[in-house]
Amino acid sequence: MGFWTWLNRQGSPPRFFDWTKHWVRWCWYLFFPTLLFGLYLALLVSPADYLQGESARIMHVHVPSAWMSLTVYFIMAVQAVGVLIWRLKVCEALMLAAAPTGAMFTAVTLLTGMLWGRPTWGTYWVWDARLTSELVLFFMYLGIVALAQAYSDRRAGARAAAVLCLVGVVQLPIIRYSVEWWNTLHQGSTIRLLGESSIHASMLWPLLVLTLATKLYFLAVWLSRARWLIVHSERQSAWVLQRLGLAP
Amino acid sequence: MSRELRSVTTAFRREIKLALKRPADIWLSVGFAVLVTMLFGIALGGSPNKLAAAGPAVLFTTLLLASFLAVSRMFAEDLEDGSLDQMLISPSSLTAILYGKVLAFWCLHGLSLVLATPILALLLRLDMDQLPLLLLTCTIVTLGLNLLGLVGAALTVRLRAGAMLLALIVLPLMVPLLVFGLGAVMSASQGESGIAGLALAAAETLLLLALAPAAAALGLRITSE
Repeated sequence: MGFWTWLNRQGSPPRFFDWTKHWVRWCWYLFFPTLLFGLYLALLVSPADYLQGESARIMHVHVPSAWMSLTVYFIMAVQAVGVLIWRLKVCEALMLAAAPTGAMFTAVTLLTGMLWGRPTWGTYWVWDARLTSELVLFFMYLGIVALAQAYSDRRAGARAAAVLCLVGVVQLPIIRYSVEWWNTLHQGSTIRLLGESSIHASMLWPLLVLTLATKLYFLAVWLSRARWLIVHSERQSAWVLQRLGLAP
Repeated sequence: MSRELRSVTTAFRREIKLALKRPADIWLSVGFAVLVTMLFGIALGGSPNKLAAAGPAVLFTTLLLASFLAVSRMFAEDLEDGSLDQMLISPSSLTAILYGKVLAFWCLHGLSLVLATPILALLLRLDMDQLPLLLLTCTIVTLGLNLLGLVGAALTVRLRAGAMLLALIVLPLMVPLLVFGLGAVMSASQGESGIAGLALAAAETLLLLALAPAAAALGLRITSE
């Protein structure tokens, strides 16, 4: 059995629905201990930063969210390829399901960045390269969600959103680079959220554990939402009624 | 002449002929740009210091908004009179037709905005020594803006949500062109050569020239199924 056949089989809606059931459950089981352990490390074990004090702990939420905000966009772009080339229903559901969570991570990144900026920079908002490109990314997520929802036919909406997502993934590095270039041109060196300086292990461990926690959270929410979208769009078909115990 | 190239020129000539029947549309986008600049001038209180600091930023934001508004009507007529469906079922490549369409659109709307740039620069009291650089930058940037607008217009053509949705889709993607174009003019006003920003804007526009019509064709096919 070739790889593509295997992929196609796993990508059929009933199969996807069945095998993700356990994934969702295990992701939730693993997420809560990881989150609590990460927060324990971040809030109690790791020392306060000698320069920034307690506010540096915001980084333990900010940095994993920032990583996820970009990761989720690239995951969506991969799904968009599946939507446009193979027209897989599962890919459509996975792409649309990832967008709200991606927007949420972007919003968390922006909010924690602002909360951290207030004690550190003395202001909530600075047109720093990273914050600015994160704001643009937020609007790109909103655009994809809004475009997909504007279509009355959900499959057409998903395909239009896939085109936009792929255009966005080409533009995203350029946007990031352009904003950075703009800053070096006019503001001199900007304050970096994470300096080039090496980070001490006591700070690194909570960061890694919380990064794992965000990934688990994303997987759990993403797969549950995709499952819901699939069931919703296939609600007339026999396999859904059968699994919900409604089959005659 | 190859078949694709003939589709490009045919679509190009059709657009130009149609637009020249009603030149008011072109004047409207120029008028809009002057109007926005006037509002900024009044809001900034006309003080030369403020204008000098904000002038280029106002100019490029105005260009961006004017081209965005023009683009939002790009396929509206084609949809109403059925020629959009003709494009979709025509045996010639849809991408080629869209190349002709967007180039014609740029020649009419983009270049008329470029021609209006000296007036805007005058109103904003920009340094007239930099006018050649400014015109060149605007020429490149408006083409890029129209190409991005083409993709957005193709994806939203059959939706009633219209302009607001188009803004949400297209404006974030226009950030690099805004920044590069503005960077060229700003660094020139600080006595450096604006070549870096100009080259970056040209690179972005070339990338869009290669990709945008194909993406728009894909979008049109998807939304018309």
